[in-house]
Amino acid sequence: MELLVATAIGALTAAGIYMILRLRTFPVIIGTSLLSYAVNVFLFASGRLSVNAPPVLRDGLDVYADPLPQALVLTAIVISFGMTAVAVMVALGSYLSADDDMVNDPETHPSGAEPAEPAKRGRGAA
Amino acid sequence: MSLFLIIALPFLGALLPGLMNQAGRQSCFIITFLVTASAAIGLATHAPAVLAGEVVTAQLNWLPSLGLNVNLFLDPLGLMFAGLILGIGLLIITYARFYLSRDDNMGEFYSYLLLFQGAMVGIVLSDNILMLLIFWELTSLSSFLLIGFWKHTADGRQGARMALAVTGMGGLALIGGMLLLGQIAGSYDLTVILENRDLVQASPLYVPALILILIGCFTKSAQFPFHFWLPHAMAAPTPVSAYLHSATMVKAGLFLMARLWPVLSGTDLWVILVCSAGLITMVLGAVIALFKDDLKALLAFSTVSHLGLITFLLGTGTPFGAMAAVFHILNHASFKAALFMSAGIIDHALHTRDMKRLGGLRRLMPVTFAVATIAALSMAGIPLLNGFLSKEMMLEEAYNTTLFGSPYLVAGVATLGALFSAAYSFRFISHTFLGPVRDDYPEKPHDPQFGLWLPPALLIIPVVLIGVAPFLAEPFVKTVTQAVIGNAGEVPSAYFKIWHGLVPALWMSVIAVVGGLLLLAAFAPLARLWAATPRPEAKDIFDRIITACVGFGHLFANRLHNNSFTRYASIFVATVIVIGAHAWFTGVNAAPTRDMLPITPVGFAGWLMLILATAFLVTVHRNRLAVLILMGIIGLIVSVGFNYFSAPDLALTQISVEVVTIVLLLLALNFMPNSTPVESTKGARARDIVLALAGGVAATGLIYSMLMSDFPIASISEYHLANSYKGGGGTNVVNVILVDFRGFDTFGEIIVLGIAALVIYALTESLLSGPVRARLLNRGYEEARAGNAHPLMMVVLTRVLMPLVLMVGVYIFLRGHNEPGGGFVAGLVVAIAVLMQYMASGFTWADRRQRYPYHGIIGAGVLCAGLTGIGAWFAGVPFLSSAFGYFRIPPMEEFELATAMGFDLGVFLAVVGAVMLSLESFSRLGRRAGIEPSDYPMDIDPSRPEISTGGES
Repeated sequence: MELLVATAIGALTAAGIYMILRLRTFPVIIGTSLLSYAVNVFLFASGRLSVNAPPVLRDGLDVYADPLPQALVLTAIVISFGMTAVAVMVALGSYLSADDDMVNDPETHPSGAEPAEPAKRGRGAA
Repeated sequence: MSLFLIIALPFLGALLPGLMNQAGRQSCFIITFLVTASAAIGLATHAPAVLAGEVVTAQLNWLPSLGLNVNLFLDPLGLMFAGLILGIGLLIITYARFYLSRDDNMGEFYSYLLLFQGAMVGIVLSDNILMLLIFWELTSLSSFLLIGFWKHTADGRQGARMALAVTGMGGLALIGGMLLLGQIAGSYDLTVILENRDLVQASPLYVPALILILIGCFTKSAQFPFHFWLPHAMAAPTPVSAYLHSATMVKAGLFLMARLWPVLSGTDLWVILVCSAGLITMVLGAVIALFKDDLKALLAFSTVSHLGLITFLLGTGTPFGAMAAVFHILNHASFKAALFMSAGIIDHALHTRDMKRLGGLRRLMPVTFAVATIAALSMAGIPLLNGFLSKEMMLEEAYNTTLFGSPYLVAGVATLGALFSAAYSFRFISHTFLGPVRDDYPEKPHDPQFGLWLPPALLIIPVVLIGVAPFLAEPFVKTVTQAVIGNAGEVPSAYFKIWHGLVPALWMSVIAVVGGLLLLAAFAPLARLWAATPRPEAKDIFDRIITACVGFGHLFANRLHNNSFTRYASIFVATVIVIGAHAWFTGVNAAPTRDMLPITPVGFAGWLMLILATAFLVTVHRNRLAVLILMGIIGLIVSVGFNYFSAPDLALTQISVEVVTIVLLLLALNFMPNSTPVESTKGARARDIVLALAGGVAATGLIYSMLMSDFPIASISEYHLANSYKGGGGTNVVNVILVDFRGFDTFGEIIVLGIAALVIYALTESLLSGPVRARLLNRGYEEARAGNAHPLMMVVLTRVLMPLVLMVGVYIFLRGHNEPGGGFVAGLVVAIAVLMQYMASGFTWADRRQRYPYHGIIGAGVLCAGLTGIGAWFAGVPFLSSAFGYFRIPPMEEFELATAMGFDLGVFLAVVGAVMLSLESFSRLGRRAGIEPSDYPMDIDPSRPEISTGGES
């Protein structure tokens, strides 16, 4: 199972990085969310994997999953919701005020990422 | 009065004048005066004991593990400085009351002044050098506020910035030096360090420690080559200059050199560094002072010169030098504060400080003339005034000092310094007060009101008294000298008297005074010569250095940050991968020590779904709605995975967060384009794919090698498992960690969550009060809106579900301590229950039925958690320690009550409030976007007599 978890984390990381490097705010936010999944699972897995051993104390049992990463990841999940919400609000605010959801300053031309066609401003661009 | 209180009084008092600004200038003044006076009285109560040889101490353990304890001690040296700070402080406070104009914010001024005063008193009373460093930095910061008090003037701002840059830089060096010193001595307590002279001086770290500490002292006390900031700090209001540059700020460096004198002084390096810096500063400052036309600039450079003199005395490393230094610190504080205040009086009356426009004021401003002349003559070193006595001692010490192998070098330089010192003092008197009365003063000269001349006049009393009867000061100066030199020497037995006979020092003095008069007589041609001489301007050099630093910073930043987020995100990702790869390939990768868990069909199915969903998401990411659906799938699999790998709490949290996140993104998508256009080039996409794949491979490799090996060192998790029930009273270890072991972290996290929600609320409010509001109102929709936005079936279903979901929430909350659940999950579940009502019946309808504002709920949550934590204090245990017990109320079964539940309740409330406030803020945008409010829970209601079929569009 370790191999499956490791490749799943890798897939989420790769997808997250790719989405973060897009040019519009919405995919970038999706990218950070994907990376949050990857990071949370990564941290959780750092306590090593175990099946059927939840860290809830039972008489006569002495093998439990590592509780510490679980506690840390639990708050991280909630905080990442807060972070996503703020990022979405900032993105929405900038889109509503500027009618533009580009992440880069249009004045600069990032090397290697020049728009292939004139950037379509406005909502609903195909 | 406790020493703690003496330091705390100015800090606490600093709040008052700022708050009382509305009560008027007089009240601000009175309260500030009273605060300082109480601290001064508190200090005075200790004076008899301290002078009798006792050392008053106060101790409080703060962070003993870091060696940082609030240890204070008051010895004669501390008493002298604290007395100067508070005593002259009282005079300055009185003077400032009459000096500041109606346009100045007096409450603000006094607040800064008290802050500064507290920091200064903290420096001189600290026993722990780490504490001392904290107060040292505080003086830099508070003096920045004071020097830049007149924010509207460019000079004030630049002067304050320069002072902060120079003294702040010195402060950094001092931190390094002090840490080294503490390292050598094995303790951060001054009392211990002062006992260890031999140990410190024998250490190889002595030289770096000494140099770093001296940089700190020299920058603070404006010694060459860091002297240039002090004259620019003269842009401050005159009371600030009088306070900072006579008795306090610049004396802090001298204080520290005197304080550390027993450990640091006496070595060749000390003598060379400190003596030469002092002598250069003394002569350089005196020469520049002579040619300054601005009264305050003259006094500023004279201060630089006198600080050099004292530094030189401390640098000789002899007990006599130390005694002369102590005496001159006292004398200089009295006459220099009086001189600054006199210059301020002239500025106040005539609106100019330029000596070229002054002269002949002795008849017009007789009181000021008398005060300023006595003080200036003392500065020049004229007999029967206190400046003469300490200058004689300085010249005697100089005569006996040999530097660089030459017995006459120091004596010659010191005489030169004294000569220029006499010259600028005479010039101050002559060009301001003597000479013919002019008819072109900018304003009509007049003596000031009582409140302005009284403080300098009071300072003249010790100037004359000590000058005439030096034996009055002798016991005190000798006691302080004893405190300075400690065990490192004997206090000299020399008597303080005016006439020592025809000793060399007297002849040097005569040369200085006569030479000073001659320089004054030849001033006009000399000034022309001075003006024609090219010389480096320190400010230009400083500005050039700053510009170069800024330029370098820009060069670096512009390469990386060209306002393209994509660019620096990719630089960041690439850097992380490269560093990680470097570590991977150069480090040792241990062989697997764990067996792999068998792959089960269910596990494989879940993995396949996750991989497919992720791959699908990337390929169809331009369709934003599809992205959200796929995100939902991924989140679901992740939470199922958590459950599979023995983390039920995480599974519950993840799945409920998933619901609110998707709702949030849907709300946002409502206002945004629903697809992403193709913009990046094929090359850019190829680059991104390479980066992404590299990152994915790196993450996979890293976690796989971690998963296959055991912990290299024992984990602290065992402790939590063993103590969860015994110490925390709960069997769900994850929950006990959250509310008990790591309760402080959780407390911080709910505060962060609350802040995030408030940020969202604030952003919404600012958006809705700007042009966005109009844009939202005029917005059309591309797709047809649902005719029946609030359908009957959904309304009925959510109403029925509401109590059920709430009950589930309460259940999850209550069982949290012993079974999977707890405040976080319960909060999310309850938030979802409320959210469903918003979705079913619309924002307006639901909002009208919401009685408690969500801000309040967040606040109540944080408060509840905090109060539970504070409750532990009443049981005499640290913040957030929990207690629990078992109770039985028939006919229920025995149940447990723990204080941790109060904390968890706080978590619960904060989560509910934060989630709801964020989502509510988003839907507020919707209210402005053409969605009409409805008074009815559902659009088509069969029980309503007139059925509206139009819906809300």
